[in-house]
Amino acid sequence: MDDMFKPSRRAFLRGSAAVAAGSVAGAASASGPDPLITELQDWASYTGVGVDETPYGMPISFESHVVRRNVEWLTASPISSINFTPIHALDGTITPQGCAFERHHSGAIELSKPDYRLMINGLVDQPLVFTYDDLMRFPRENHVYFCECAANTGMEWAGAQLNGVQFTHGMIHNMEYTGVPLRTLLKEAGADISSDKWVYVEGADASSNGRSIPMEKALDDVLVAFKANGEALRMEHGYPVRLVVPGWEGNMWVKWLRRIEVTDMAVESREETSKYTDVLEDGTARKWTWEMDAKSVITSPSPQMPITHGKGPLVVSGLAWSGHGKITRVDVSKDGGITWETARLGKQGDTKALTRFYLDMDWDGAPMLLQSRAMDDTGYVQPTKEQLREQRGENSVYHNNCIQTWYVNAEGIAENVEVS
Amino acid sequence: MSKSPNFLIPALGGTALVLGAAFALMNRDYAADKIDTLETRVEQVSAQATSATEKARAEAARAAELEQQVAEIQAVASGGLIAEPAPDADGRYGLGRAALPEEIAAWDVDVLPDGRGLPEGSGDVWTGEEVFVDNCASCHGDFAEGVDNWPVLAGGFDTLADKDPVKTVGSYWPYLSTVWDYVHRSMPFGGAGTLTNDETYAIVAYILYSNDMVDDDFVLSRETFTDVEMHNADGFVVDDRAQTEYAEWRTEPCMENCKDEVEITMRSVFLVETPPEGGSNSIMNPAKVDDLPSFTADGPSFIPAAAPKPIEAPAPEATQTAATDDDAMLKHGEKVFKKCAACHAVGDGAKNKVGPQLNGVMGRTMGSVEGFKYSNGFAEANAEGKTWTPEEMAAFLAKPKTYMKGTKMAFAGLKKDEDLAAINAYLASFGN
Repeated sequence: MDDMFKPSRRAFLRGSAAVAAGSVAGAASASGPDPLITELQDWASYTGVGVDETPYGMPISFESHVVRRNVEWLTASPISSINFTPIHALDGTITPQGCAFERHHSGAIELSKPDYRLMINGLVDQPLVFTYDDLMRFPRENHVYFCECAANTGMEWAGAQLNGVQFTHGMIHNMEYTGVPLRTLLKEAGADISSDKWVYVEGADASSNGRSIPMEKALDDVLVAFKANGEALRMEHGYPVRLVVPGWEGNMWVKWLRRIEVTDMAVESREETSKYTDVLEDGTARKWTWEMDAKSVITSPSPQMPITHGKGPLVVSGLAWSGHGKITRVDVSKDGGITWETARLGKQGDTKALTRFYLDMDWDGAPMLLQSRAMDDTGYVQPTKEQLREQRGENSVYHNNCIQTWYVNAEGIAENVEVS
Repeated sequence: MSKSPNFLIPALGGTALVLGAAFALMNRDYAADKIDTLETRVEQVSAQATSATEKARAEAARAAELEQQVAEIQAVASGGLIAEPAPDADGRYGLGRAALPEEIAAWDVDVLPDGRGLPEGSGDVWTGEEVFVDNCASCHGDFAEGVDNWPVLAGGFDTLADKDPVKTVGSYWPYLSTVWDYVHRSMPFGGAGTLTNDETYAIVAYILYSNDMVDDDFVLSRETFTDVEMHNADGFVVDDRAQTEYAEWRTEPCMENCKDEVEITMRSVFLVETPPEGGSNSIMNPAKVDDLPSFTADGPSFIPAAAPKPIEAPAPEATQTAATDDDAMLKHGEKVFKKCAACHAVGDGAKNKVGPQLNGVMGRTMGSVEGFKYSNGFAEANAEGKTWTPEEMAAFLAKPKTYMKGTKMAFAGLKKDEDLAAINAYLASFGN
């Protein structure tokens, strides 16, 4: 068996020498024929695995580092905790479910479709109970939306803390949801949908996470969703049914949704009073800060994605999003905000969804202070850390949408820094 | 998307071809007048090409404009949605069934700020202390002061404007209803929904007492609920970002010479290792700000020399005695046990909590701790006389729900073999 691996190893060694020589010369020239091309490789000779080897496929082993990761010391227990999407290693905009961040208050539960019940009660003509099968019979829609935890980037209020975009910005994912508009279910129960009413939603897990949503939003774009990216929701994202509250903080996207109650006031539950409220500098706190403001971050280069190829063509890439609507423009600075240039946006048109941006540049090998700045279709411009702190101080915990800075040194290594 | 930018490619490519051909001809030593003629020709062709390019550009811009208009019209027509919205029969689908009063009573237990939803019952401070110590103190401390990273429930008054505000029921929570509702529905951790109404009233009374908000003879009930004044009741404002922030930040941003100079004021406090087995390790970052350049529009002030490769510390020789290995193992085990301590006690005077006490667990018959109500699975294991060995324990703790179907233990499992070995050693140190 050992012999089988020898050609590849030699190939790797000689291949990397060629790359090094190429970067010195500033143009590609091979020091000799590449054995990966000139020698018959195992994979070009022996057969591969057959169909059904993995009835549900996982990423190839070479990608096993692209996983959600937690930061143990942030929380008391992994059962009431959070982990982070590996956004540094992804491209495009859709987040695969298997690496989309998780946030649980009492752990992820196994709730089957046959055991699933959804109740609507409160200020309704007829309180109703739906089974999963009932939900399948309502007209449904598909929409791509981002889901961002209000605490995303929350550790960075007091300064640059964690060296990795996965950890500074990874409490976000972006999926295509299939679900029934909440308004359809409210109308089915004959709900009082006058604008001063609230919709309280609650999960079936032990934490019983509950949040109050004003009627206007409930009637607008909220979905009772059962599919993400075409397949069933994952357990950790609320299988079989979760709420999707586009553009609003992730905590309101109640998982394992079991009850919808129409009320005449906000319940003021634990998660909308003691948590998910933003303490300002004078000690007062903002509540009902539901919307996620426009934000962007460069995902590569970043601390987990150093530049390994030296000078020359470099693709700077990142993500932008806004809970208010569409991203219309992203600017990138290489000098910490002195000069800005407008980046190229990927596919546009989705509201309250991630937008990919690129800046295709020629890197001269000098250190950079990389920043990105998003604008949305309300004209909102992503603020600097300084602007945010002027408004709120440093104790808000939630809703930190500041401009992020990566210092990239001459070796291409990036670090999370703060600038004047 | 538009294909119109492609118009530019043939136009520009054509110019290059013509120019290339012209220069090739010039190299053949033609007569001067011929060259003049050709130069004029080049100018003409070049001018034509430029004009064609401009025309193509204008056409492309017009096409893009029209496409934008089409997109806008479509967006308006579909209410801003990509897809046509689902039809809405205005509540005439006739799906689902009527919810029964018993079902609504079982699930609709939330309590509103004005106290609506509170059930009959009552609890006093001293009963509350007992119930709190039994159910809550393992995480929140005997005096609601919080253990490890678990929430502090008492004190912290007048710290909200400090650098590190202490947000407790006393100092921060604006409504008493929230406390009652959350304790009743979501606590204790790992046993939510098991507290009676009286126990809940008593726990909440004790939390208020531990915050000096009521006297020790206080009895909380639906009747006394409105007597309690919350310290931070007026400490909240409804989201005012639209007035305070959006108004200020919806401006055309600066693109050039936005600052004179930029200095790096802080470097990442932690470096984060991402090991192949998952998770992450945070390590303090020793690097200093002084080592880095400042920036102006001309670029960085200097280019720091490449950092020397870290010298790898020689691997420690395996001279440790067995005793220190054991110590390290126990220490590690103690650390791992923190994941269990919310629900299990071990050591002197350990009592059953959410889970059974674990003194002498190694070697004892499964499901045999007195006074603990086991799941059916462990009751059966007990009847079969199965005992806890290090192997069984490791298998159980690696994947609790797989090992023992229906176990009440709400624990995802330990992934690392070294953690499993350490927890076994730690548990074994409490008798076997």
